[in-house]
Amino acid sequence: MSKKNWPLWEVFVRSKNGLEHRHFGSLHAADAEMALENARDVYTRRNEGVSIWVVESKHITASNPSDNGELFEPAQDKVYRHPTFYELPNEVKHM
Amino acid sequence: MKEKEVKNLEEIFEARIARDEKIEPKDWMPEKYRQTHIRQISQHAHSEIVGMLPEGNWITRAPSLRRKAALLAKVQDEAGHGLYLYSACETLGISRDELYEQLHSGKAKYSSIFNYPTVTWADMGAIGWLVDGAAIINQVPLCNTSFGPYARAMVRVCKEESFHQRQGYEIMLTLCNGTEEQKEMAQDALNRWWWPSLMMLGPTDAESVHTEQSMKWKLKRKTNDELRQQFIDQTVPQADILGLSIPDPDLKWNEETGHYDFGEIDWDEFWQVVKGHGPCNKERLQARVDAWENGEWVRDAAVAYAEKQEKKTIKEAV
Amino acid sequence: MKNENLYRYILGIADSSLILGQRLGELCGHGPSLETDIALTNISLDLIGQTRSYYQYAAKLIGDGKSEDDIAFLRIEREYLNVLLVEQPNTHFGYVMARQFLFDVYHLMLLSELKNSSDETLAAIAAKGIKEVSYHKRFSGDWIKRLGDGTQESHDKMQDAINDLWRYTDELFTMTEADAEMSRNNSGVDVTRFKEAYYEEVSRLLREATLEVPERKYFQYGGKKGVHTEHMGYLLADLQYMQRAYPNMKW
Repeated sequence: MSKKNWPLWEVFVRSKNGLEHRHFGSLHAADAEMALENARDVYTRRNEGVSIWVVESKHITASNPSDNGELFEPAQDKVYRHPTFYELPNEVKHM
Repeated sequence: MKEKEVKNLEEIFEARIARDEKIEPKDWMPEKYRQTHIRQISQHAHSEIVGMLPEGNWITRAPSLRRKAALLAKVQDEAGHGLYLYSACETLGISRDELYEQLHSGKAKYSSIFNYPTVTWADMGAIGWLVDGAAIINQVPLCNTSFGPYARAMVRVCKEESFHQRQGYEIMLTLCNGTEEQKEMAQDALNRWWWPSLMMLGPTDAESVHTEQSMKWKLKRKTNDELRQQFIDQTVPQADILGLSIPDPDLKWNEETGHYDFGEIDWDEFWQVVKGHGPCNKERLQARVDAWENGEWVRDAAVAYAEKQEKKTIKEAV
Repeated sequence: MKNENLYRYILGIADSSLILGQRLGELCGHGPSLETDIALTNISLDLIGQTRSYYQYAAKLIGDGKSEDDIAFLRIEREYLNVLLVEQPNTHFGYVMARQFLFDVYHLMLLSELKNSSDETLAAIAAKGIKEVSYHKRFSGDWIKRLGDGTQESHDKMQDAINDLWRYTDELFTMTEADAEMSRNNSGVDVTRFKEAYYEEVSRLLREATLEVPERKYFQYGGKKGVHTEHMGYLLADLQYMQRAYPNMKW
């Protein structure tokens, strides 16, 4: 068994210019260059991308679902952030 | 955590799944859910990469360049699907190397169909048509399974897999429209792959230990027997189009049920192969172990090189 | 055939792609990681795709209802004109990468010239191939560095592979009669012109990978004239099996 395993990388692909990079999946690679090449070979075989980002998974900091209450629920009642909160007469058609 | 608290969490968890909410890797989940998913997803991943071997046999011998390219692309997809599935499994806190270890030691299972030999070119047709056909029936419902990473992997797999079955059926069709010798080759392949394909959909409901729990977690939407019936009903007319006969004297259309009746499956054979005594179990496992062991020096070298490069970069920065 | 030289010229290029693609196809499912399996299959698919374009063109020249598959599968060993380098076996992953890199550097130089061919079909096939082969070279070159400058074991294995395969490199730059004739009328490439550039580029990367550049002393030739190493017969036995066992059938 190998002493050291290839680390895990997360792959983000831009499908076409104008769109954002989207998380496509992950893979293993020994270094960044290999991660990029592997991502090209694994995730864009069917013409899925025009740009790739790879980042080693350990560099991603994720929020903890048990904090979801304090992190995300406070935003739920701030309805004034949405346009539908404001009432306008029908004559003002597009605003 | 107190027992009562866990029970409470479990109830909330089951309610989420019942509401069709997805579970993501960092969410709390019962240990049994985690273990069941590791087992099923890894088993699925192992099946993909062991499944590369019987078809890989014929890449060098494909009869035309067009067929060679299609087969290569198909076997490559299987590697890709294995990769997606291992990745999904890794989000549950187990590494790909640990999963390989389970496969190589014989602890983990993979689909027993891949323990049958591919002896003629027609087997490439039969595998695509029947084995991929059965796999699709199994896999499509999994695109909606409760565990997010598994569901997303399956969406990708199903999308890519759509050419696999067509590829196989086209091979069969070409053979059946060919010479007498070719047609015989196709019939022979159907004769050998038909029963193992039916077995591939799993033991009968009475014998299946995981069905009820799996249904609740949406790891399964239909029982093995329902899937098998669906497979038979859709495959028999396809065999008719080919002009091939299904090797089952008891097979006949049942007007009342609206399904085909079929003969007894040899479950002794199934369990024998599952337990490691099929025609190619040893060879398949050995091929995987060899690939892994022969690749060790390569993987180690790549890590050593990456470490050297990193040191160099740090030195240059200082 | 009135275009005998063109026909033989196409085969000279296409056969190397076919045989290398075939060799890589043997590896599918047996590589050191899933990711490398997928990558090598991509390279194999590129090469087989190129082969098909060349053979379809060659089949048109023969006429007579001949197809790409007749050319690919139904010649005897002496009629295959690939270079010896590409038929060498998949001894181990380092060997595979060394073979690939030594070929890729040449292949890219060849296609970069061929895209200016006065023969429009060849120019078009080359232009498409350049993008594919650029990636092949990047991939194999990176692996030469990783294995050359990785562990002691990988360094030794890589050095052995380079030393072994080196003897097949000079053949890349020999000119057959068809090559010479095609180059004279500007539809083919004079490969001797980039021989020094080839050795320079390969040597630079080998040094970067902490590998020694072997002496340019003893070389083997023959593939371009259809005289192959002993490995070739077995490769063809696999490749041709179906077409030989079941002649004149559609697949």
